[in-house]
Amino acid sequence: MTAPLLSVEDLVVEHRTPGRPLVRAVAGASLHVAAGEVVGLVGESGCGKSTLARAVCGLHRAASGRIRVGGHPVTPLGLRRRDPALTGVQMVFQDPYSSLNPRRRVGAQIADGLRTAGDTTTSPADLLERVGLPRAFAGRYPHEFSGGQRQRIAIARALAARPSLLIGDEPISALDASAQAQVARLMRDLAVESGAGLLFISHDLSVVRLIADRIAVMYLGKIVETGPTAQVWADPKHPYTRALLAAIPSPDGAGVLPAELPGDVPDPADPPAGCRFHPRCPLVMDVCREREPDFGPVACWLHEREPSVPS
Amino acid sequence: MTTALTIEGLRVSIGGHDVLHGVDLTLEAGRVHGLAGESGSGKTMTGLAVLGLLPHGSRVSGRITFGGRNLLEMPVRELNEVRGAKIAMVFQDPATSLHPMLTVERQLTEHMRHHLGVGRKEARERAAGLLAKVRIPGPEEALKRYPHQFSGGMRQRIAIAVALACEPEVLIADEPTTALDVTVQAGILRLLRGLCDELGLAVLLVTHDLGVMSAVADEVSVMKDGRVVETGPRGRVLREPRHPYTRSLLDALPVPPGENSP
Ligand SMILES: Nc1ncnc2c1ncn2[C@@H]1O[C@H](COP(=O)(O)OP(=O)(O)O)[C@@H](O)[C@H]1O
Ligand SMILES: Nc1ncnc2c1ncn2[C@@H]1O[C@H](COP(=O)(O)OP(=O)(O)O)[C@@H](O)[C@H]1O
Ligand code: SF4
Ligand SMILES: [Mg+2]
Ligand SMILES: [Mg+2]
Repeated sequence: MTAPLLSVEDLVVEHRTPGRPLVRAVAGASLHVAAGEVVGLVGESGCGKSTLARAVCGLHRAASGRIRVGGHPVTPLGLRRRDPALTGVQMVFQDPYSSLNPRRRVGAQIADGLRTAGDTTTSPADLLERVGLPRAFAGRYPHEFSGGQRQRIAIARALAARPSLLIGDEPISALDASAQAQVARLMRDLAVESGAGLLFISHDLSVVRLIADRIAVMYLGKIVETGPTAQVWADPKHPYTRALLAAIPSPDGAGVLPAELPGDVPDPADPPAGCRFHPRCPLVMDVCREREPDFGPVACWLHEREPSVPS
Repeated sequence: MTTALTIEGLRVSIGGHDVLHGVDLTLEAGRVHGLAGESGSGKTMTGLAVLGLLPHGSRVSGRITFGGRNLLEMPVRELNEVRGAKIAMVFQDPATSLHPMLTVERQLTEHMRHHLGVGRKEARERAAGLLAKVRIPGPEEALKRYPHQFSGGMRQRIAIAVALACEPEVLIADEPTTALDVTVQAGILRLLRGLCDELGLAVLLVTHDLGVMSAVADEVSVMKDGRVVETGPRGRVLREPRHPYTRSLLDALPVPPGENSP
């Protein structure tokens, strides 16, 4: 197995707000994405998905742990413009209304990406075509487009920079249901086609299931389960993964209310001792309250001796 | 079954553009009627028409019967008494129905005192009772807080409590769980179902999510291009759809029916 394109090892990222307790939003998370691979990162809101993604982009400093992209360490607080690890990372954000500059034509914004990659042969219109939009849109302004179209434009701009790693942070959450699956599939196809890795963040498991090769489940700053998508879906191991899947209502017409996961996500500033999931876990044991299950691919005392799947 | 509200031949045009072409729907007390369909099909406009909240410049015709009267012909002053009191609404974003600068207590009691004519003390007691009903922990203490001091799921519960404050007969819930995590959604769906069963509320649940529909709706109507193309009992519509459009919605699901139960 070749070295992964993205490797995140024991990453810790903390947020400091004056007058408030320190929030350890990412609390020792490990994650890998290979070239040409699509990894879906899922978990409830507030579990640290965006913080992890932003750290990979050099937008948050790692308190400890390591992030490498293409073998290069991501410089803490990558404000140094030409960090070699970061030129190959592009991100598509949740809100297509704020991520595009309203005062510039979309063609010019896509051209920025082409310049980053030193690409003089591709035109913005070519990229629009690749994301399924008419070439003529290059001459228009963002306000002329729907949310789904804007998100396609944001994807075109990201792809223009020829990233080796594309990150989508809830790129479909703000879109209409009918556009969600389409845009997700488009991101997958274009990333895989170009040989880039895709880290696709979403709280919607049913969409992640459509496009991801592997799933990583995050809870309160930690990755609690990873595995091939089909395996995690058919046979979730971690009690939290099970609860997440059981909460998805099935459209089978049977009138079955989905299972509720009791309790709230705990405050990341004051996480529970031992297993972070223990106050909500239906299978909690004594050991869970005292010792943190700090291993993979399933971080749960019930699965301590699971064979480790290569990742 | 008691009919709570009927919509007949509802047509709406906005700025000369027809958005509803004759919608028929019947809401029964104690039943959840699900309204499905792709975005832009007219689900939200149908709900807004019932509340008389259509965008400025809309033209509307047809009949919306509630308590023996046609809401579309009711004088504004009388309509204001019905709207928000007898017929209440919950939106996708709880911020739509919650005022950021007012305490939860004020938002709950102001409607009550106005529409039900209850005194301050009684309104406060009722408000705490409503928060308990929507399962907000520590209702007494929660009354003193502001919306931003709650999580998204809790805010939606509070918005539902505000909608219930005046003991409505009809609740229109427009994508009430679409912005929430599935784990939180499950709790809200259980809450809606329970309120409907317990209080005999007639609920119009607008959602594009057929899984949500399948979990709580008794009847399902499917809209396309401003028309209801199919109506029937939940099990029949989702398992043996008669209209090709309903079938296409089911075929387009990321999770084929019945395959997602681990
Ligand atoms: N800039 C910030 N300052 C302080 N706290 C933050 C900041 N960004 C995120 N947080 C907190 O960190 C935790 C994780 O947030 P986030 O990474 O946005 O989660 P997710 O993307 O999974 O919803 C949350 O408790 C959130 O409130
Ligand atoms: N404020 C508005 N002005 C004019 N047309 C509108 C407005 N809001 C919605 N529409 C149009 O009305 C139709 C129905 O929209 P809506 O009821 O919001 O659909 P849904 O809720 O099913 O997604 C759409 O064609 C939409 O473009
Ligand atoms: S370690 Fe214990 S508390 Fe944590 S998920 Fe496993 S069984 Fe539940
Ligand atoms: Mg986020
Ligand atoms: Mg709508």
